[in-house]
Formats: sequence, structure tokens, C-alpha cells
Amino acid sequence: MSTQTAPSAPPEDAPAGAPAPAAGAPTARQAERKPAGKRRRSGAMASKAVVNAVLLVAVLYTLMPLTWLLIAATKSHADLFGTAGFAFGEFRFFDNLRAVFGYGDGIFGRWLLNSLLYSVVGSLASSLISLAAGYCFDKYEFRGKGALFGLVLTGTLVPTIVITLPQYLLASEVGIVNTYWSVLIPALVNPFGVYLARVFSEGYVPGEVLEAARIDGASELRVFRSISLPMLLPGFMTLFLFSFTASWNNFFGPLVMLNDQHLYPAVLGIYSWNQMVLQYPEFYSLVITGSLVAVVPLALAFVGLQRFWRSGLSAGAVK
Amino acid sequence: MAAPLTRTARGTAPVGRPGQGRAVLVFLGPFFLLFTAVLILPVAYALWMSFFTERSSGLGFGGTERVFSGLGNYTKALGDQGFTSSFLHVAAYCAVYIPVMIGAALALALLVDSAAAKAKRLVQFAVFMPHAVPGLIAAIIWTYLYTPGLSPVLDWIEAAGGHWDFFAPGSVLPSLVNVAAWQWIGYNMIIFFAALQAVPREVIEAGVMDGAGQLRIALQIKLPMIRSAVFLTLLFTCVGVVQIFGEPMLLSKRAGSMGSDWSPMMFIHKAAFERHDYGLASSATLIVALVAGTLSYVVTRIGKRGDSA
Repeated sequence: MSTQTAPSAPPEDAPAGAPAPAAGAPTARQAERKPAGKRRRSGAMASKAVVNAVLLVAVLYTLMPLTWLLIAATKSHADLFGTAGFAFGEFRFFDNLRAVFGYGDGIFGRWLLNSLLYSVVGSLASSLISLAAGYCFDKYEFRGKGALFGLVLTGTLVPTIVITLPQYLLASEVGIVNTYWSVLIPALVNPFGVYLARVFSEGYVPGEVLEAARIDGASELRVFRSISLPMLLPGFMTLFLFSFTASWNNFFGPLVMLNDQHLYPAVLGIYSWNQMVLQYPEFYSLVITGSLVAVVPLALAFVGLQRFWRSGLSAGAVK
Repeated sequence: MAAPLTRTARGTAPVGRPGQGRAVLVFLGPFFLLFTAVLILPVAYALWMSFFTERSSGLGFGGTERVFSGLGNYTKALGDQGFTSSFLHVAAYCAVYIPVMIGAALALALLVDSAAAKAKRLVQFAVFMPHAVPGLIAAIIWTYLYTPGLSPVLDWIEAAGGHWDFFAPGSVLPSLVNVAAWQWIGYNMIIFFAALQAVPREVIEAGVMDGAGQLRIALQIKLPMIRSAVFLTLLFTCVGVVQIFGEPMLLSKRAGSMGSDWSPMMFIHKAAFERHDYGLASSATLIVALVAGTLSYVVTRIGKRGDSA
């Protein structure tokens, strides 16, 4: 990129037929001897190379650990330690997979189902709740609206992980600790989702359409369900994806709330296996292959729903 | 919420229509009901708990009784060396992590936005991939990549004639920063890139006409125009870092020098579930929540002022 800063310097009068610079000479020097147009082009070529080299390094850095995970999941325990990280050993992926799903009466399958339950059910409900609230803040006028929205904004300042211990204390008082509810209920509240939903509602749902529907005699709830909700679908998908990710990744909540291994989500289950590796190194294979399996659903969700998280990111950030 | 509707001049919502008050109640009711149950009540309960301490009665046979201790738990938390040094750890971590992560994300976004970049969508996708990995799994993968015998990275370093211990007292901080940077650079890069896309092309063209190079355009035109996105990212990063738990928890199992109360959340977890001191844990929680809340409030303020200036 640095060569790009040069062009503002006055061009030197290069004598015609000046000797071509030696191969590998610095581009800036090369540029000095050429007429302005060519000079800019060769500078651009060099910076293009630098830009793309940096991007390549970034891509290698981000993909390296995932590639390692993928390869490691195909190896036997002996090859895991005996062969180089990026070399294949004996192909044992399906054996590893069988070991993961077979361990402890197939508890890993149950963990995955739990993760799905927490993520899908929790996110559907939480997205709908946030969307309704955000839509309401956008489209209706009512007393105390400013104060209530202020409360929502204050809620966004409350850090989610920090609030988990108070939630645990209250949940144990109410007696729902170590149940599905203790993980599901906290996931339903997303103040930032309400803020986002309000932004989406402003952008996607024109007031005139609602007016027209009301004149036709539709009730407020009907207007929401049949007209606004379909228009808000991209917003709904965005909220869903965000909260799905948050639930799938949630570790501290289940760690605090759950004792019973049968209620664990996959991430907490894998953590409990990882606790064993120092004592029982054969758990390395289980953790590695289990991690790969736990990553796949989320990766698929991201690939499939790319345009929604993109719109969500920009709605949240560019405002 | 069920209050009678007020007439407004804006006219976006026609008012006084029958059924609107009920609709508002239906739309907002579920959220605020849960908001109260999940946020307000727990905070109130923690506040109440933070004023009490458990004292075992007699010879310890009669169980424990709860005694009002005023601000005792707060002074105990603030006087606890584990708690105060956990904030210092996180501050040191921030000092390394935030410049590295935001700097790298900005640089990548500007590079991808520049005309010279190739395969832009592919690069964005690849860089974003780590974010699809749950944070704890990412920490596990990297812990393994730091483990001698298992790690290809250590093999490379040794092949190059070097030596490195990722868990040594002096190197555990960069090891920890790397895990988080790997997770978040791509995510924030996408945010910055989206913001860059919104920069009007005419402004950039005007810069080109005036003879500005790509680097100058990036630093002096594009960067200032996405300032609010950078501030917002800074806000989320700060609030996230104060709550850091899983990653240091995992690494501390290998790096003994970290101790089991390296971060404030680790301290809280230990206070509640190892020491069973809920009063101390509650007061520490509220202190951390206050710090995180204040931090995000301040950053939002600064961000807003930057916008209007």
C-alpha cells in the first residue's frame, strides 16, 4: 500500500529510453522513471499484490484451526500425537464418530438435542417477543412510551453473563434450578432485540399499509399477524439467527444452572469431557470429534442464512 | 401500558381507535413480564442478598443463619485481592486485545473495500467462519493448538529453531488474546465493511480527483465516516471483555500461573460455587455489572458526541 502514497510527488522527467530497472528493484524507484500513467499502474499492481497477500494471510490464520480440527477428527488417538498436525494418519473418522455417539449410552446425542431445544425453541419465542415489542414501540403512541423504551435501553446495558448469577439465585429460590426452564427462560429476554426490531419496523413496515388495513376493518392483532409480520420476516430471521447463535454458544448459563448431565447442551457436555483429558488422554479424540459435530449446525445456519446476519449486523452497526 | 392513548401530532399512529390500548398490552406484555422476571427481579434479589452474610451458629451443628451486614460484602469484595487483581488482569488484557482486534478488523475491512482486493466475498466468508464456532469450543481448539505434542504450531516453531511455551506466565496473555481475536476479527470486519459500503462513492471519487492515494482515502475519508460503527464495536467489545469467563477458565487449567480467579466472572463463580458465599458473590456481581454498564454508557456517550461534532 505504501507505494500508493507516492503519486502526489511531482513526476521526474525521465529521459526517453532510460534503462529498465533491474528485476526486483523497489517499485517506488521503478515508478519514478515512468511517465505518470504507467507509474500509477505499476504502483497499483504492487499494492494489489500487497493487499491480496495480507488478505491471504488473514484467511490462512482464520481457517488453520478449523482445518486442524477437521484433520484431527479423522485420526486415532495414537496418530493424534504421533503424526504432524496437518498430515493424515490412518482414517478413523467414523470410528471416532461412533465413539462420540456411543459414549455413556449415547449421551452426546441427547446433548445435541438439548442444544437444539434451547436454541430453536428459545430463539423462536424470543424473536417473536422482541419483534412484537419493537413493532409496538415503532407503530403505536401510548402514555409512558418514552420511559418504557428508556427501560429497554437500560436493559441493553445489563451484561448478560453477569446477570446469570442473580438469575441463578432467584431460580433456586423459585425451585427451577436444574430444569430446562432455568436455561430457556433467561434466553427469552433480549432488550437489544427489541431495539433492533424497532429499527426493522421503521424500515420495513410503511404506516400507510397499516392504515389501509385498518380502514378495511382489520383488528390490530390481525394487522400485525397478516400484514406486518410477513413484512418483518427478514428482521425476524435476523433476530432468530442472533439468538440461535447466542443460545448455541451459551456456556456460563447452563454451567451455573444445571447439575444433571442429561440436561446439558452440547457445549457444556464437551466442556465436561475436556475436564477429563489431562487425566485420561483418550478423551482428546472424543472432545475433538464432538467439537467438530457441535460446530457443524451453526456453520450451516450461517452459510444458509448469510444475508440475514449481514442485514442484522449493518442494522445494528451503521445506524 | 394500559394507559389511555394520547393524541400526537405526528400522525404515524392514528389514536383513540378502539382496541389499540389492548394491542399495546398484548405486544408489550410478554416482553415486560419476562423482562421483570429475568432482569429486574434477579437484580433486586442480588441487591438484597448482597447486604447479608451467612454465619454458622454455635459449633456449626445448627446450620447457618443469615445476618444483615450492610455494606460488609462490598468492602469485603473490594478488599479481596483476588477480586481487585482480576480487574487488573482484564485491564491488561484489554490493553492488548482491543487495539489488536479493532486494528486488524479495520485494516481487513479497508483492504477488502479497496479496489485491489480479489475474491472479496470468499475472504469475508473465510474470515467470518471462526465466529460460527462457539466461544468455548474455540478456546478448546486453541488450547489443543497450544499443547506440546498435539500442536502443529509448536512443531513449526521448533522446525524454525525457536521455542515457545503458550502457557508460561509471560505468554499466557497473548495466548488468550489470540483466541478472542481469532473469534472476533472477522465479525467486526463484516460490521466495518458494511459501514464502508455506505460511504457515498462520490466522496471517494472526489478524493481521487484531488489526487489522494488509496491509503490517504482510507485513513482520511473512509475511516472518519465509519466512526460510529467503530465506537459501537468498541462498546460491545468492552462489555464483552468485562464478562470474559470460558476462555480464561479453560486456559487456567493448563497455565497454573493464572489461578482460578483470573477474571472477575471467575472470581464470582468461585465465590458462589466453591466458597458458597452468596453475599460476596452477589456484591461482586453488582460491582461488575455496574462497571460494565457504566463502561457501555460512557462509550455510547462518547460515540454520540463524535457523531454530532
